[in-house]
Amino acid sequence: MIPSAFDYARPSTVQEAVRILSEAGEDAKVLAGGQSLIPVLRLRLAAPSLLVDLGGIAELRGVSESGDELVIGAMTRHADILRDPLVARYAPLLAQATATVADRQVRHLGTIGGSLSHADPAGDLPSVSLALDAVMTIAGPAGERSVPASEFFVDYLTTAMQPGEVLVAVRVPKREGWGTHYEKFNRVAQAWALVGVAAAVRRENGSIAEARVALTNMGTTPLRATAVEQALAGALASADAIASAAASAAEGTSPSSDVSASAEYRTHLAKVLTRRAVAAAGGIDAA
Amino acid sequence: MAIVGTRMTRVEDHRLLTGAATYVDNLRLPELAGAAFVTFVRSPIAHARITHIDTAQARAARGVVAVYTAADIDVPPMGTPPMLTNGAAMARPCLAKDVVRFAGEAVAVVVAEDRAAAADAAGLVDVEYDPLPAVVSVEDALAGRTLLFPEAGTNLAHEAGELSAADPFADCEVVVTREITNQRLAPVPMETRAAACVPDGEGGLVLWLSTQCPHAVRDDMTRQLGLLPGQLRVIAPDVGGGFGGKIPSEVDYTVLCWIVRQLGRPVRWMETRSETMLTMNHGRGQRQRVTIGGRRDGTVSAYRLDILADAGAYPHTAWLPSATVWMATGAYGIPRVEARARCVVTNTTPMGAYRGAGRPEAIAAIERAIDLFAAEIGMDPADVRRRNLLRPEAFPYQTPTGMEYDSGDYPAALEQVLAAADYPGLRAEQARRRAAGDHRQLGIGLSCYVEVTGLGGEEHGKITMDADGAVTAYVGTTPQGQGHATTLSMIIADRLGVPPEQVSVRHTDTGSLDQGGGTFGSRSLQLGGSVVHEATQRLCDDALPLAAAALEADERDVVLDRESGRWRAAGDPAREISWAELVRRSRPGGSFSVEVKYALPKLTFSYGTHLALVEVDTETGQVKLVRFIGVDDAGRLINPLLAEGQRHGGIAQGIAQALYEEMRYDEDGNPVTATLADYTVPSAADLPGFELLTRETPTPHNPLGAKGIGEAGTIGAAPAVQNAVIDAVSHLGVRHIDMPLTPERVWQAIKEATS
Repeated sequence: MIPSAFDYARPSTVQEAVRILSEAGEDAKVLAGGQSLIPVLRLRLAAPSLLVDLGGIAELRGVSESGDELVIGAMTRHADILRDPLVARYAPLLAQATATVADRQVRHLGTIGGSLSHADPAGDLPSVSLALDAVMTIAGPAGERSVPASEFFVDYLTTAMQPGEVLVAVRVPKREGWGTHYEKFNRVAQAWALVGVAAAVRRENGSIAEARVALTNMGTTPLRATAVEQALAGALASADAIASAAASAAEGTSPSSDVSASAEYRTHLAKVLTRRAVAAAGGIDAA
Repeated sequence: MAIVGTRMTRVEDHRLLTGAATYVDNLRLPELAGAAFVTFVRSPIAHARITHIDTAQARAARGVVAVYTAADIDVPPMGTPPMLTNGAAMARPCLAKDVVRFAGEAVAVVVAEDRAAAADAAGLVDVEYDPLPAVVSVEDALAGRTLLFPEAGTNLAHEAGELSAADPFADCEVVVTREITNQRLAPVPMETRAAACVPDGEGGLVLWLSTQCPHAVRDDMTRQLGLLPGQLRVIAPDVGGGFGGKIPSEVDYTVLCWIVRQLGRPVRWMETRSETMLTMNHGRGQRQRVTIGGRRDGTVSAYRLDILADAGAYPHTAWLPSATVWMATGAYGIPRVEARARCVVTNTTPMGAYRGAGRPEAIAAIERAIDLFAAEIGMDPADVRRRNLLRPEAFPYQTPTGMEYDSGDYPAALEQVLAAADYPGLRAEQARRRAAGDHRQLGIGLSCYVEVTGLGGEEHGKITMDADGAVTAYVGTTPQGQGHATTLSMIIADRLGVPPEQVSVRHTDTGSLDQGGGTFGSRSLQLGGSVVHEATQRLCDDALPLAAAALEADERDVVLDRESGRWRAAGDPAREISWAELVRRSRPGGSFSVEVKYALPKLTFSYGTHLALVEVDTETGQVKLVRFIGVDDAGRLINPLLAEGQRHGGIAQGIAQALYEEMRYDEDGNPVTATLADYTVPSAADLPGFELLTRETPTPHNPLGAKGIGEAGTIGAAPAVQNAVIDAVSHLGVRHIDMPLTPERVWQAIKEATS
């Protein structure tokens, strides 16, 4: 189908985008890569009066270093992430997960900021941002503010951003000495994850010093598997210890039962995939 | 040099791959200037009485030309074919009248100045529905508590075959019975349905349509609209896939033609992907009860297939399960075989042909049954097949279900696959993994299929040879991407001795060839190819006396040299004449032309064996297809490259049925997998490279020796993959899992078997 009629703006600065969005109020939608928004418009599931296209704001695209952080512009396309040397060095988990996003065509149009702002719990990057302790930089009428990933995802398709605000950058702590892995389980290559697990593990003398584990599609938002993280902290870097920790992967989750999978199956997958993701991240053979 | 049998690349590809193809929606013809755009308003619910339709707001909207409902359209409903047992009271109105019978049925139509205005206005048509109980499962339909067509008195649209009163399994040592679902699928061609229609200025119409059967559509529309013969011309430009979904004459096309007659202006229509998923016919959709019996030495002595098939809301192709009955016996020599199909209407998208069309369901059933029997007697499934496959000396073989198989060597195809796969080696690796308790278990699945091809056994064609030697062939088959222009030009070039570049093949226009059969049922090469073969023969017969006269030789001494394309007199190499010279000399200012009709005397039967090797992750149920080996025999190949292309696509669609795709409805008849996000069509990224081996046993039934290849891959692949997955977990006690074998289903089956 084709969308209902809408107005279209293409600002060239963040300030201009914020001004336009503030004036338009709740009826405006931000167009980043369009990979989720355009289908919704075409199916007429949404009918915004104004689309604000961020594609003309050059400053929003690209990856840079700032002290201990990587700063990834919100309009950086998935394909840019995949070939970025800084991401490869400091946040390989992000590159690994991004490589599993949809298909090549989508990865050339979709953006990291669009994916995070859309806050689809089945998206791969929201859980990765949790596992990496990313911090979102948000611009609004009152200036910029920072929101950690752990507070950014509020509900299904809902973030902490207010009308008139835009995500301008994702700041990712440089992690050296950590092993990471994204374990995605889907039906066909271009499909969303039935369940996904993002894991980051730091080992110290045969033990797991710290771990970050985040779950894709196990509730209305991406979730940290805190029980797993606690069980892993200080645990022996062994297959048994990981299996035992992973058994609590579904604690505190509320997966849906839908046409793709039952909640029972998702719960089971979360445990198996968490074991595999943590083992792979920690470089431990856990079969 | 002979061209037939070579891997000539497709003449179509440059145009198709560089975006130069012309699909209906790309047509930029002067007669389509100013065309209005048509959009249908479709029911969001499965079964309801229409209590009120208010079109006032839509009619008043920007750019709207007209809005019509069933009350406006004075065209009779589309009747069902007379061969149906109970079809008479199940006709389909052009727009739903009083009652809607499936989600997606059109209740009104909007004509507007442009596509956007039509879409906007469609949302303004206000339809009030009074919901009726939805009949979703075939079992509920058969029970008949709610009738879709109360005046029919039943939901049973058609019955084929019969089961005997006597017990065919009385003397069997072992009998296995199983309920199997062959799930409902959507064809999903790249191009959705689309059309453009204009008045021809003389009271008739020209309809450009994305169709597989222009002539049948012309005849059906002419009849339904009450036109005179010759008043409707149907042209299929480039068509982006069909897979059966573009065979039928559809009420949507009738409405378009009616609108053009009403308004006297051109219109365009192109449905959305969301619409196609609900309005293009679905396929398969059978509940099967298979029973197989025999001796513990592996001999199968009796087989029964009882089918309850879904016709969807309108049973225009409710006869399709007859093809399942015909092919029930598969590739085996089983003494006692009986099959019955009952086909019922439900409140779902109407069913129709989908790549294989009734035949894949037969092979899926018997191939599963053979594996169930093998598991029951503890014999290797390859050995059970060895023992029961028809032997080459059996042909022509009369099956218990009324088919006459023509030719082949079924056991040789099986042995070829087993050797290529190193079957004993695979079984050894499987045993090793089982012993080790590996969570990645290996499964090996076989499928020995046989397929009736060459359906719709008559075709028309015409060949002209111009004064410059250019050959133009017109043929009643019509491609959706198969490469007909390439293969037919190869046959003609070979027969006439002209270069293939000098041959152009025209199809798909009822204005240039009056009669034609279209493309379905693996028929086009056999029918279209044989037609042009016959036509070249006739052309040569006609040319012979003319050549003899030109060369001043006796006819008996004149031959066409097929290497050079020149007619020669025997014994005198200097006396020769080219086709072009012959035309100029014999038909000054004219051309040679012949028109022929060809009838395939008997049906032909392609066959083969497919082997799938899978790894099943027993912790998650995830299936990884590791290898796929296929031996296919479609008789003599005109172009092995194109035949391989057909096999690749077919195998991919068979794998898609086995592992991925299913059109599902909830209990109220709402489709729940009607977007491509939910329907999970696999792509190249999900499939391994296929290892394809070929046999060529000519059929005696046509001059090319060719059988059909378009559907073989689909038919053979699905059961091979299904059997492989079940084989991988059979040691855990799993005997059967229905398609699609999703990870969750496989996981559930393992859990149930091991708990």
